[in-house]
Amino acid sequence: MSRREQSPGSDTLGRALSRNLLIGIALCYLVLFLVLPLLAVFTQALAKGLVAFSTALRDVDALAAMRMTLTVAAISVPLNTLFGTAAAWLVAKYEFRGKGFLLTLIDLPFAVSPVISGLIFVLVFGARGWLGPWLGEHGYKVIFALPGMVLATTFITFPFIARELIPLMQAQGRDDEEAALSLGASGWRTFWMVTLPNVRWGMLYGILLCNARAMGEFGAVSVVSGHIRGETNTLPLHVEILYNEYNFVGAFATASLLALLALLTLGLKSLLERRHPELRGARAEPGKARLAH
Amino acid sequence: MKPALLRRPRRRQVLPGFGLTMGYTVLWLSLIVIIPLSAAFLSAAHLPLSRWLQILMTPRVLASFRLSLSASLIAAGINAVFGLLIAWVLTRYEFPGRKLLDALVDLPFALPTAVAGIALATLYAPGGWLGRLLAPLGVQVAFTPLGITAALAFVGLPFVVRTLQPVLGDLDRDLERAAETLGARPSVVFRRVILPALLPALITGCALAFSRALGEYGSVIFIAGNIPLVSEIVPLVIMTKLEQFQYAEATVVAVAMLLLSFAMMFAVNGAQLALQRRYQSRR
Repeated sequence: MSRREQSPGSDTLGRALSRNLLIGIALCYLVLFLVLPLLAVFTQALAKGLVAFSTALRDVDALAAMRMTLTVAAISVPLNTLFGTAAAWLVAKYEFRGKGFLLTLIDLPFAVSPVISGLIFVLVFGARGWLGPWLGEHGYKVIFALPGMVLATTFITFPFIARELIPLMQAQGRDDEEAALSLGASGWRTFWMVTLPNVRWGMLYGILLCNARAMGEFGAVSVVSGHIRGETNTLPLHVEILYNEYNFVGAFATASLLALLALLTLGLKSLLERRHPELRGARAEPGKARLAH
Repeated sequence: MKPALLRRPRRRQVLPGFGLTMGYTVLWLSLIVIIPLSAAFLSAAHLPLSRWLQILMTPRVLASFRLSLSASLIAAGINAVFGLLIAWVLTRYEFPGRKLLDALVDLPFALPTAVAGIALATLYAPGGWLGRLLAPLGVQVAFTPLGITAALAFVGLPFVVRTLQPVLGDLDRDLERAAETLGARPSVVFRRVILPALLPALITGCALAFSRALGEYGSVIFIAGNIPLVSEIVPLVIMTKLEQFQYAEATVVAVAMLLLSFAMMFAVNGAQLALQRRYQSRR
């Protein structure tokens, strides 16, 4: 009898204890493994003072790398936005055979190592690749040049926007669009006036993630870039070169720019998630889109 | 006769754009994904089996596969434990700073791998913030398989947490209360009520973390030290062979790895479906 009377009190005490213990462990783990690396980037970047930091960032090669990173992202992100929209419209608005297979194919780049993602484009466009000799004869350069880097980045970020838009468009169904069409709107008008406004936040969310990955990609562009300083270096590749030359202030100063981009992405992402909670659900279950069929 | 994928369904579509979006999706998918990927398979298929074995059965390649697989597996195991714990804390408890921590979980997704790589290498280097603390204990992390595992655990964490969170949020807490009322201890409630419901998501999350870890390059190479036979991962072996213009060898190793990744992907999808069916039929 006495045990039973005692148990509610000790139970709540035990609960509070285990709650605090679990929160403590989670906090320690996140600080130790996530916050500390981030902190290290900024500390190392500023280790020799602000002047060294800003000198490293104003270096000619650093500026060229910034331009290259922006150029690659400015081409591959819109390409994938266009593809993601078309694929999402197709998958969400129609029923057809082989849909599950198509979704698996769209997801494929996620299962491929970045290094292999670069390698496959070398095999197609490289000097000894399928199209390499023909391209060489006609004076086109793909590998060790901008087109190759755009291709590799587009491959790596291929599923991002499609994956964001497919579950959103599926959830919205096609009632709105059918209503617009029955009222006499054209297909394009329906898309611009009905579908796009419905998914614009999801699209922005996808673009945000796609852009972060496109600007930060390392392995794939490393294979196709040839590391030509001032020409085909992106910011992550510039970080590697400086680090391997033991120019730690330069490497971490450049890295801190990319870390700021990551923090900005995370901030905007949480803001979007708070305003539009449905976005979070759309991405949080990676298997959902595939299993829905 | 059109192939099955392109055949229009019998019921008439009301919305326009089927042909356009199907054409564009298939064309773009082929140009960016399917043709380049098949280039790897076709180039490798040219080679006779004996050449394949000759390339794959070298001690260096075998050691890299062993290391990549074991380090990814251990990292996925670490993520299973701490990912579950973090997802639990973030969904079940309310405390100051929870939203900030929640946003932080995605850092490994957002932080470029090269940045993570040099940051981890600096932290765990013998003179670094963490390396200095671990050195007296005789633990060396940088330039060892341990460092590789740490980097892979960093990269994989969000996969497990983000896969578990929605499932944890949807969990029916009446079941837990019922089990408690019937006298089950918290450990029993966790093992018999909570864990079975989380298992499909936990497996999916770990498999995603594992497959990401297997191919990871940027965050590993700086901390790994890249000593052949000791701390060289498969992507690095491919990279090294490419830099030495050994395209055939690089391709064979890459195709072996692709086959492994794709097999993983299908196995996970299958396991997930089976588990979901089992769980749903039991309910």
